[in-house]
Amino acid sequence: MKVFGRLSQEQIVFALALLMCAGFAIALPGFLTTNNLLNLVRSVSILGILGVAMGLVVIGRGIDLSLVALMAVSVAWSLQLAAGGVPLPQAVAMGLAFSLLTGTITGILIAYVEIPAIFATLAMGTLIYGFGRYFLINLDVIYLPDSARGFLWLGQGALLGVPVPIFVFALVCLSGYLFLRYARSGRYLRAVGDNLQAARITGVPTRPIIVLQYVLSSFVGFVAGIVTATSVASMNTRVANSTYVYDVILVVVLGGIGLSGGRGGIRNVIVGTLLIGVLLNGMTIMDIQYTVQNVIKGVILLTAIVIDTILNPRDEQTAQQGDI
Amino acid sequence: MKLLKTTLLTMALALQAGAGLAQGIDDATRDPYYSAFAGKKVAFVPVAMGFDLTEGWAAGIRAALEPLGVTFEIRDPNWSTDAGAQAITSLIAEKPDVMVIHNPDVQSYARLLKKAEDAGIYVVQVNMRSSYSTDAFVGADYVGMGEQIAQRLIDKCSPANGGSGKVAITQGVLTAAASIYQMQGINNVLSKHPEIQVVSNQAADWDATKAKNIAATAIQQNPDLCAIVGFWDVMDTGTAAAIKESGKNVYLLTQGGGNQSACDGLANGTYSEVVVYNVPGQARDIADMIKQLLQLKQPPGTTKTTLFTQLEFLTKENMTPSSCWKLASQK
Repeated sequence: MKVFGRLSQEQIVFALALLMCAGFAIALPGFLTTNNLLNLVRSVSILGILGVAMGLVVIGRGIDLSLVALMAVSVAWSLQLAAGGVPLPQAVAMGLAFSLLTGTITGILIAYVEIPAIFATLAMGTLIYGFGRYFLINLDVIYLPDSARGFLWLGQGALLGVPVPIFVFALVCLSGYLFLRYARSGRYLRAVGDNLQAARITGVPTRPIIVLQYVLSSFVGFVAGIVTATSVASMNTRVANSTYVYDVILVVVLGGIGLSGGRGGIRNVIVGTLLIGVLLNGMTIMDIQYTVQNVIKGVILLTAIVIDTILNPRDEQTAQQGDI
Repeated sequence: MKLLKTTLLTMALALQAGAGLAQGIDDATRDPYYSAFAGKKVAFVPVAMGFDLTEGWAAGIRAALEPLGVTFEIRDPNWSTDAGAQAITSLIAEKPDVMVIHNPDVQSYARLLKKAEDAGIYVVQVNMRSSYSTDAFVGADYVGMGEQIAQRLIDKCSPANGGSGKVAITQGVLTAAASIYQMQGINNVLSKHPEIQVVSNQAADWDATKAKNIAATAIQQNPDLCAIVGFWDVMDTGTAAAIKESGKNVYLLTQGGGNQSACDGLANGTYSEVVVYNVPGQARDIADMIKQLLQLKQPPGTTKTTLFTQLEFLTKENMTPSSCWKLASQK
């Protein structure tokens, strides 16, 4: 343990990703080609964008289980409005407004009503999906209308031979990094996640910062949703009921952002995303059955959590308050 | 005088008879027909509402039966097999006259369906069948469909016909009847054709994003991939996006209920070919089966009828403006 003890989880996961990369490169012909690597990153870029959203919340010692439901419903509503004749920019603006408003409500429930984040967002996720399916959209899968065809570039186009979703992922990562590093509210967010009481005593407006976390995650989630919709020319609202949100948490935790908050950054999300990308890509090339892939993913998550527990023992504060 | 009287009388009688004829004869089958349906209750348990197939069936059944005085209700379990099983259990207690069941997989509802028949409820299964056969099944013959699709693959991709022989398959949920029976059909044919190589056979959970990632990797690893078979057109918008991004010429053979989006997809080149089981036609078959069951009044479970839906292989070339149908909500 001494040797590993000096390594952070991020470094271990990164090493693991490189190791798997090397293994696949030797064992699987065609893995280590520019095209496959681009395809690999493209296939996880949406997951990565959502990972940034979740990462920001988890660093602030929260969790957002409504992320995927909100993404699906708000973007599907935009598409449906556009299909119904609303001009595209207006439709997108309305979807975004819905997303931000819902994010604010979630934040207020957590910051002011003081409901634990895990319960508040769990309930909000169900509520958003139900509300959306009943009042906003009439089908499970909403197609991108013809009027939005030009928009497809965002999900399916390429710039200098690199798929556009990768650029969006990079841009989101860069903004997230700059926000955490240089924005005052970004540093407050980390302080709140690290130690809420101490942050409050030093004069950080803790409650507005908590609301901000969920507004940010709903915004970044909306961006991820737009990339999803343009990437497959439709929005499938069923993802709200799937285990997708746990994949997002997997990316965050795997990368080394502790669930106890305050630790980690955007780099961790990137590393976690890459590991999942390498894993999924390799398993798909090997044509491993889907159910077996789930088993492998689950085992990797458990391993990451065990390593995290050993390397980052619980401090007194975490032990008293629990992880989330 | 007597002669005159008789003639007049006969004429009067003849006139009366003529008047009687003009009033019409009552159709003796009408009353039993309408009374067979009045006050009856039909319940529909789909896998989920909110997509073209189930919305289309529900609309068709409702349109056919409600004017006859049948109450039609939908219990929507929204993709949850548990909720579906609960819905069926509570329906058994409520005793509707007919249940229309759309099975999420071949096992889950099998026992419940038997219980329902024992309780005196007719059970009509639609499109995805359970391992337990009930009064009626209306839907695609998936084994036959798989065989026909495999034959199309051989026509398109066998090296003898100028193809590379490499194909990929994207299933829905592995345990769904549509996947299991269809794979059986595909294997029946491909096992006799070793020149066709299945390079990837994955399940995408009926989800477009997963389908896209699987297809992208399959194309990446096999640049000479000849065709991809997808098990649902809605999911295969993702497969199509992967093919488009790769810039390769991969033949995409998908399938679905023949909703307008399928024809749009053929027209704009999203899909190369769509195998269509016509949903309004299936809805009519379901309604007709229900009408027959309610009129024959046999105890549930005594007769087993299978109505396989005619399949249409639509391409850009052979489709017509009337090949596809539109949901009311899409008009």
